[in-house]
Amino acid sequence: MYNKSKSVAFANLWVAFAAFFVAAVLGLYQVMERSGLFPEIESHELYFASVSTHGVLMGFVLTTFFIMGFGYYTATATLKRPLWSPGLAWVAFLVALGGTVMAAVPLLTGQASILYTFYPPLKAHPAFYIGATLLVVGSWVWCLEMIMSVIIWKRENPGQVVPLAMYGTTANAIMWLWTSAGVGIEMLFQLIPWSLGLMDTVDPGLARTLFSWTLHAIVYFWLFPAYIAMYTILPKVAGGRLFSDEMGRVAFIMLLVISVPIGFHHLYMDPQQSAGFKFLHMLGTFGVAIPTLLTGFTVLASMEGAGRLRGGKGLFGWIAALDWKEPMVVAGMMALFMLIAGGFGGMINASYQMNTLVHNTQWVTGHFHLIFAGTTVIMYLATAYHLWPKLTGRRLASRGMAVFQLWLWTIGMLVLTLPWHALGLLGQPRRISSTPYDSPLVEQWGPHELAMIVGGAILVVSALLFVLNLLMSQASKKLDSVSDDDWAVAVYPPMSVPKPMNGFALWNGIVAVWMVVAYGIPIVQLLILDAPGSMPWGY
Amino acid sequence: MHVDPLEKKWMYVIGFMTVVMIASMAYAAVALHMHPPSNVEAIDPKTLHLSGEFAEDNLGATTNPDGSITVRMVAARYSFYPQMVEVPVDTPVNFRITSPDVLHGVHVPFSNMSTMVVPGYISEVNTTFRRVGEAQFLCNEYCGLGHDYMWSKLKVVPKG
Repeated sequence: MYNKSKSVAFANLWVAFAAFFVAAVLGLYQVMERSGLFPEIESHELYFASVSTHGVLMGFVLTTFFIMGFGYYTATATLKRPLWSPGLAWVAFLVALGGTVMAAVPLLTGQASILYTFYPPLKAHPAFYIGATLLVVGSWVWCLEMIMSVIIWKRENPGQVVPLAMYGTTANAIMWLWTSAGVGIEMLFQLIPWSLGLMDTVDPGLARTLFSWTLHAIVYFWLFPAYIAMYTILPKVAGGRLFSDEMGRVAFIMLLVISVPIGFHHLYMDPQQSAGFKFLHMLGTFGVAIPTLLTGFTVLASMEGAGRLRGGKGLFGWIAALDWKEPMVVAGMMALFMLIAGGFGGMINASYQMNTLVHNTQWVTGHFHLIFAGTTVIMYLATAYHLWPKLTGRRLASRGMAVFQLWLWTIGMLVLTLPWHALGLLGQPRRISSTPYDSPLVEQWGPHELAMIVGGAILVVSALLFVLNLLMSQASKKLDSVSDDDWAVAVYPPMSVPKPMNGFALWNGIVAVWMVVAYGIPIVQLLILDAPGSMPWGY
Repeated sequence: MHVDPLEKKWMYVIGFMTVVMIASMAYAAVALHMHPPSNVEAIDPKTLHLSGEFAEDNLGATTNPDGSITVRMVAARYSFYPQMVEVPVDTPVNFRITSPDVLHGVHVPFSNMSTMVVPGYISEVNTTFRRVGEAQFLCNEYCGLGHDYMWSKLKVVPKG
């Protein structure tokens, strides 16, 4: 009976991956245009329309729809009951899809070339802001579905431990409600009325502060499902057990609590915030590394267990003994590898002083592509391979092609992002479409620009193989039965957990207090300062 | 709650790493006075060119009584004004920058001269250039279709 929710999960996932494929193709165009090696395709108009669309599709559409689809599946499969309101899940889907289409029209016609950070006082067509807001509104309905489904399940199963996958999904839903409030306020009280001409001016400093409220934790909104798959799917598929269920809960709680009140590390270089608050947010930023370090340990320990169960011996023998023909295993190990590499870069961006040297350089683009497009997206892809037979009732068309595709994705991402890190250290700004600077500076960039085109091409081939595999699976052999019960079991499955590790009331209270200090005070200060606003500008 | 001994050890490692990193940043901030540019000061972007420190005649480098340099710049689509700034080497330089139009960023590659420029606010950066030679101010925040062309020159000259 709860299988009905599979169709809404399936619809959400297809929107996500359609956006993913389009955005990947745009990405290849961008690295080619940007390199300056193909003068015939150079166009600032096209480039910045493309970058804006690529960012919105990858950052907002792929992620939000994937998270919603995976969440619906997780909720019904782990709680073994229908969603709180299956009809509302379709409403959320249609609202989010309608918003996406509404934003896509100005994006594709060059009327919203303001990038996915939409920093005012650059102004786009109002439909872009309204469409993007509707996408977020759709995701709010999803959050409500997740939270209500767990509340009802807990009422029906008093004293039972909420399954880890659903505990993480609920933590993400609550975290997203907290964090999306920032951009929601910016849209409703600043950008939408201002773009419609109802307000003359807008304070860009306040807008950036509100956006930073959303901007950091949004990356954890994206990362959460990747971690959920690592904790609750990967160990089982690898042939082992999850090293610790409780550590997973601790990591999810820490992500919920710490990731929202730390957004000022995106504003280190901004003049409208004082050094004290920047320092405070830096402390939290280093705190949020802790759940990631815990996750790396727990997942690797689970994988080591699986490798040893498969006969692996010695310090590293368990790695060779892993099932490298299984897409989820390849993705999980590569995701951790890219997470470790990207994490080091992240420590530099997060640092109160060193960030100065790399701020807004191509280094930053390299960093977030490695962590997001690398670690996060490769787990999305592997999760799709895992879910597809369950959602379609058909065998995956080719597991071999899936494994090959995931390796290509990893290699492509490394070939793309390592040169970007180097370019950043060599002073190249991000978000440029050409390099008309002094030649001694530009000459150093040449070899890296060539490498990034190779990386982009590999990634597009990989994205194509992924979508083809999913499409071909629609027509492959029907399965006799599918199991929705193959979640990882912990080495010591918890019979009971302390109340705060089964719910979120305490943690919401802590977030509320921390947010009043970390964002409430600086926002009130800006309102008191009341800096003269800016008129809308074209681009 | 069950915690494995190995997990406990790893938690000590995490704690140690976090404390070392935060302590080094706190030391640099408190003892070496190294902070990101955080000058909270408002200005009207619509009138800043008419009078005051950002009127055209007042832009560029001036020497202060204590020998340090103050450089006033306007970041506007698509250049930094004045388009050529000359400062002496090994001398404290205080940049004051603002924008009459949209967001900009300014970075001199291979240096810590970097700040966002947000209309409505004055950005302040303090730095000292240690090498004689020519360098560039590059705009590093998207400011419109001509963003790539937004850059200007910095000349660091011998003292005296």
